[in-house]
Amino acid sequence: MTIQESATMPVKVRRATKSSWTGLAVMTPILILLALGPYILGRGMQQNLVILFSLIVLGTMWNLLAGYGGMVSIGQQAYIGIGAYGLVYIADTLGIDPFLAVPLAVIIAGVLSLPISFLAFRLSGGYFAIGTWVIAEVVKLIVEQMDVLGAGSGVSFMAVTELSPGRRIAYVYWLSLIAVVIAVAVTYLLMRSRLGLGFTAIRDDSVAAGSLGVRVTRSKRIVYVIAGMGCALAGSMIAANTLRVQPESIFSVEYSAFMIFIVVIGGIGTIEGPIVGAIVFFALQQWLSDFGLWYLVILGLLAIIITLVLPRGIWGLISGNGKIRLFPVGYRLVNPLERFSLIKEKAPVGDGGAPNA
Amino acid sequence: MEWLNAVLQGILLGGLYALLAAGLSLMFGVMRIVNLAHGVLAVVAAYLGYFLVDKLSVPAFLCIVIVIPVMAGIGYVLQLGLLNPAIARGGLAPILVTFGLAVVVTNLLQQFFSADTRSIQTGAIATDSIQINDEIAIGVFPLVTFIVGVVVIAGLQTYLSRSRTGRAMRAASDDKDAAQLMGIDNRRIYAIATAIALGVVGLAGVFLGMRTQFSPTYGDATLIFAFEAVIIGGLGSLWGTLIGGVVLGIAQAVGAQINPAYGILAGNLVFLAILAFRPTGLLQKAVNS
Repeated sequence: MTIQESATMPVKVRRATKSSWTGLAVMTPILILLALGPYILGRGMQQNLVILFSLIVLGTMWNLLAGYGGMVSIGQQAYIGIGAYGLVYIADTLGIDPFLAVPLAVIIAGVLSLPISFLAFRLSGGYFAIGTWVIAEVVKLIVEQMDVLGAGSGVSFMAVTELSPGRRIAYVYWLSLIAVVIAVAVTYLLMRSRLGLGFTAIRDDSVAAGSLGVRVTRSKRIVYVIAGMGCALAGSMIAANTLRVQPESIFSVEYSAFMIFIVVIGGIGTIEGPIVGAIVFFALQQWLSDFGLWYLVILGLLAIIITLVLPRGIWGLISGNGKIRLFPVGYRLVNPLERFSLIKEKAPVGDGGAPNA
Repeated sequence: MEWLNAVLQGILLGGLYALLAAGLSLMFGVMRIVNLAHGVLAVVAAYLGYFLVDKLSVPAFLCIVIVIPVMAGIGYVLQLGLLNPAIARGGLAPILVTFGLAVVVTNLLQQFFSADTRSIQTGAIATDSIQINDEIAIGVFPLVTFIVGVVVIAGLQTYLSRSRTGRAMRAASDDKDAAQLMGIDNRRIYAIATAIALGVVGLAGVFLGMRTQFSPTYGDATLIFAFEAVIIGGLGSLWGTLIGGVVLGIAQAVGAQINPAYGILAGNLVFLAILAFRPTGLLQKAVNS
């Protein structure tokens, strides 16, 4: 379209697409149905769904780091542990209401992640990945030396055991569902903001983005802090669900492996990808649980194959490489006349490019 | 005197760390990728050594002659089959692929060898030591490891600076497109680099298996120690990696002297201190990429 043409035909900038309205129409009843979970589902099922919800939160956060910020962290378990220990310590030892203790634990993780980011950001690429892991190991080794946190043997979460099991499980379930909504909503709003546009630019080419005035390091730091807080939220969910926190398991690098598998399998660099990935991962985990450690071998192979052959993951397949978007974060130019024609929905401009992975 | 002893043992331990880190340093130097499966591949070499010595009764030090070429072969195939395509994909692909590989190999080892700890039996040399005075004794085996570490790093450095293939590697590292225009086949050069890196990993893995008890998950700690040695020493310098290994070894040994639980933590803290106050490492020569 030439300049003259565009001057005569007003072009509108749109964000939502038909698929995103349809998506909203499908997602809202699902969310309402999930909110009714404690009235419909048994306790075991609710506890399983809490695991799934925590995986969605973790995947969403890891995707924020890697898919948008270009940072592969294998040390997010540091924040999972801080969230879990934070909740137990604030609620049990300090005697603060458990439901207030969760946001406090998340804030603590956010405050700690800021100085940590200055250390971690000294490194880049693969070395950043191992560096974050070392930091997580240091956090674990320090926790193991702290008697107030139960040292090496860990702590039990007592504050919520006063509630009847049915109520406790229902509360934790709702809390986790809210956590999922918050994690996805924060990511969505972040990516729709001016900052999000910068992230898309960083993802595609960080040097070019920097030269155009995107404050790359600052943007990355914001993402790192948010991801730390999100992982702490997931950590507190895990602690509330299992009622027991042990350093060896809560600081396990396996959580990072799970996050990577979820995001890679689901589709990196999209909001929908980690949700799809978490559901697939959770199903595979249940289905392959009889095969012992083989499920990790299969998941690892799957991650390698998808990275090399299908870099946009399962969501890339479902959405036809970005044609369907449940969460419209990009911009589209719409010719008003086109609305009456039969031209099919086009991939949005701005966020439709392939993630740099 | 016991502190001097700790420092001495730390220096010798550093030789093993340098040996473990040399391959990581080499692969990053040539290809700018960090192999997250590096640690578990060292453990694979240790299991290979264990299998040869314990099951097939190969003499302990002779197993090195078999393990090194096998690991080098694995490295060559790995580069051509998996890492070159990952490098071609660009972006995060090399990190994700090598991480996936680490998970796959760790759990395969777990399936075949169980989670039990093993070690490679070396006989008398494991306990032999040279008595300096009443309080200080140097173990023969740690000393041998240290000397081998220094020799290997000197050898690698000479190979990179003198040999034709070494020059091609440095050329591919500086500017891979220009190197290709000069007739260098990058993919083959990369494969040779990874073969050498994994050959060294093979040697390091066998020494590791002779020195300590290992299990399939030991690769995690191995990767972290190798990485810390590389960063403490400074990226892009093999001699730096040796110094980094020695500094890490001393930190761990002195930390463990204070309290056995502080050994690894002390190493990690020294690493973080270097990261905070001298992020280019102790012996950085080139500008960070």
